[in-house]
Amino acid sequence: MISTAAEPDIATTPHRAGQFPAIDIRDLSLTFRTADGTVDALSHVDLTVGMGEFVSFIGPSGCGKTTLMRVIADLERQTSGEIRVNGLSPEDNRRARGYGYVFQAPALYPWRSIERNVMLPLEIIGLPKEERKARAAAQLEAVGLSGFARKFPWQLSGGMQQRVSIARALAFEPGLLLMDEPFGALDEITRDHLNEVLLKLWAGTRKTVIFVTHSISEAVFLSTRIVVMSPRPGRIVEVIDCDLGRERPLEIRESQKFLDVAQKVRLALKAVHSYDD
Amino acid sequence: MTTEALTARSGAGIAGRVSGWLVESVLPVASVVALILVVWYGAAILMNGPQVLDRFHRAGVTPTNAEIVAATYAMDRPVLPAPHQIAAEFADSVFGRAVTSKRSLVYHAWVTLSATLAGFAAGVVLGLVLAIGIVEVRALEKGLMPWIIASQTIPILAIAPMIVVIFGTLGLTGLVPKAVISMYLSFFPVAIGMVKGLRAPDRLQLDLMRTYSATPRDVLLKLRLPAATPYLFSGLKIAIAIALVGAVVAELPTGATAGIGARLLSGSYYGQTIQIWAALLMAALIGVGLTGIVALIERVTLKAMGARP
Repeated sequence: MISTAAEPDIATTPHRAGQFPAIDIRDLSLTFRTADGTVDALSHVDLTVGMGEFVSFIGPSGCGKTTLMRVIADLERQTSGEIRVNGLSPEDNRRARGYGYVFQAPALYPWRSIERNVMLPLEIIGLPKEERKARAAAQLEAVGLSGFARKFPWQLSGGMQQRVSIARALAFEPGLLLMDEPFGALDEITRDHLNEVLLKLWAGTRKTVIFVTHSISEAVFLSTRIVVMSPRPGRIVEVIDCDLGRERPLEIRESQKFLDVAQKVRLALKAVHSYDD
Repeated sequence: MTTEALTARSGAGIAGRVSGWLVESVLPVASVVALILVVWYGAAILMNGPQVLDRFHRAGVTPTNAEIVAATYAMDRPVLPAPHQIAAEFADSVFGRAVTSKRSLVYHAWVTLSATLAGFAAGVVLGLVLAIGIVEVRALEKGLMPWIIASQTIPILAIAPMIVVIFGTLGLTGLVPKAVISMYLSFFPVAIGMVKGLRAPDRLQLDLMRTYSATPRDVLLKLRLPAATPYLFSGLKIAIAIALVGAVVAELPTGATAGIGARLLSGSYYGQTIQIWAALLMAALIGVGLTGIVALIERVTLKAMGARP
C-alpha cells in the first residue's frame, strides 16, 4: 500500500483508472466541543470530486473550509457521515500517503536546507538517497528554485518559501494535492505568478487539487468547480462550474466568461455573508 | 580612537581590524580585571593589616607605611593573599612540579576533571532519556516531574557524603561516587531544557509529519530533536559548570586525598590560604574552559543547522 503511493508514475495506480471519485463525501457533519459549548463546524456536507478536477472552497471566515480540508486529510475526524478519499477511509488514505498538503504558512523546518526540506517526506517514506536527490532537484526546478537548494529557509522570501512547500508536497508525487490558502499571505504579483506555476503543474500532471481561498478571482482563475460555503453552521450553499479549459493565460481574467463566473460566485457569497458582526 | 574604530568598522586592513578588536573586546575585559586587582590589593592591606601590626608590635619595631604594605603582601598564611602570591603559587604548582606529583595542581585538576567529565556525560544521557520519556509518554510527566524537581531541592552537601558512603560499601571509591554526584546535579538542566525543547515544534510542523504518516521515531529524530538543539546547548552549558561544582563538592566531605576539593580541604586544615586560592583559580579556569568548549561546539553545530549569523 505504501509502495503504491511512492511509485513515481501515479497513472499506473488503480486510483487513476477512474473506478471511484477522488473524494466522495456524504452527509458529513463535524461538531467541536469547546469550553463554552459545542460549535457546528460542518453540517450535512455532500460533495463528490472527480479525478483530475481542480476544486476551490470559498467562503467567509469560520465557514469550515479549512476544517473540511482537514477531514479529507485525516487531521480531523467527522462526527457523523461518510467520506472516502481515493476509495479509502481518510485514515487509510493518509497511511497510504495518498495526498500532499500545503499549509497556510510554508512550515519549513528552519534547520534544514531548502533541498533537505523537499527531501523530508522522501526520507520518511524511505526512498534511497540518489532518488531523493533527483526528485528534490526536479521539484525545485518545477517551482523555479533550482539555484536555492543549498540555502536555508530564512534566506528566502515568503513567496519563495511557499514555493518550496509546494515542491515538498509534490515530491512524493501524490495524486491528490490539498492546498489550504497557500498564497493568502503573499502580495498580488507573487500570487499571480504562483497561480500560473500551479496551473502549469496541474495541467502537466493531471492531479486532483483541492484549494481553499478567500479570493474570488483566484478561485475562478484556477478551478474547474467552485464550492461556496457559509458559516454557522459550516455548509455548502452552492457549487459553481468554471469551465475555462485547462490552458489559462493570465489575460483570461479579462474575458467575459471569467467575469460571468466571478459574478456568480460573488452573488452566492453575498447571500451567505452576514455583515452584522 | 575614533579613527581606529572607523577603520575597523569599514573592515579595511588587518591593522584596523586588530585595533578594533582591542577596543571592543580587550579593553572592557582589561578594565574590569584592573579594577578587581586594585580593590583586591586594597582589601589585602586591610584584612592582613591587623596581623602584621601585631607582629611588628611584638617585635618592638615601629614600621613605616611602606613596610606595613610590603609585609601584608608577603605573609605565609595571609587572611587574603595578594594576587601575585596566588599567581606565584599557581605557577609553581602547575609548572614547577612533575604532573604525576601529588604536589602538582595539574594532577589534582585531572582527578577532578575526569570525574566531572564522566558525571557530565552520564548526566546528559540521563537528562535526555528523562526528557524524551516525559515528552513521549504523557503519564511519565506526572510521575517523574515532582521527583526531578525535588531532587534539586536537597542540598548537595547533605546528600554527597551519603552517596559516597553507599558506594563505598559496594567497594566503589574514587571516581565513581564523584561522577555520580556530578551526574545528580548536571542531569537537571538538560532534562528541563529538553522537555521544553522537544515540545518546541508548532502545530503546523507536527501536522506536516502527520500528513506523511511519520512514525513516532521519525517525529522524534527529524522534528523534535533538531528543534530542541538550541535548548540542549543552553542546558549543557549550565550542566558542565555544575558538574564541576559537583565533583569538587564530592571531594570535600570524604577526606579525598586527590582532586581540587582535596587541595581546598588540606589547605583549610593547615591554614594554607594561598594554596586554597590557587586551587580555586584552577577550578575557575577549568570551568571557563569547559563552558567555552561547549559554547564553541554550540556555535559550530547551530551554524551547520542554518542559524542566522
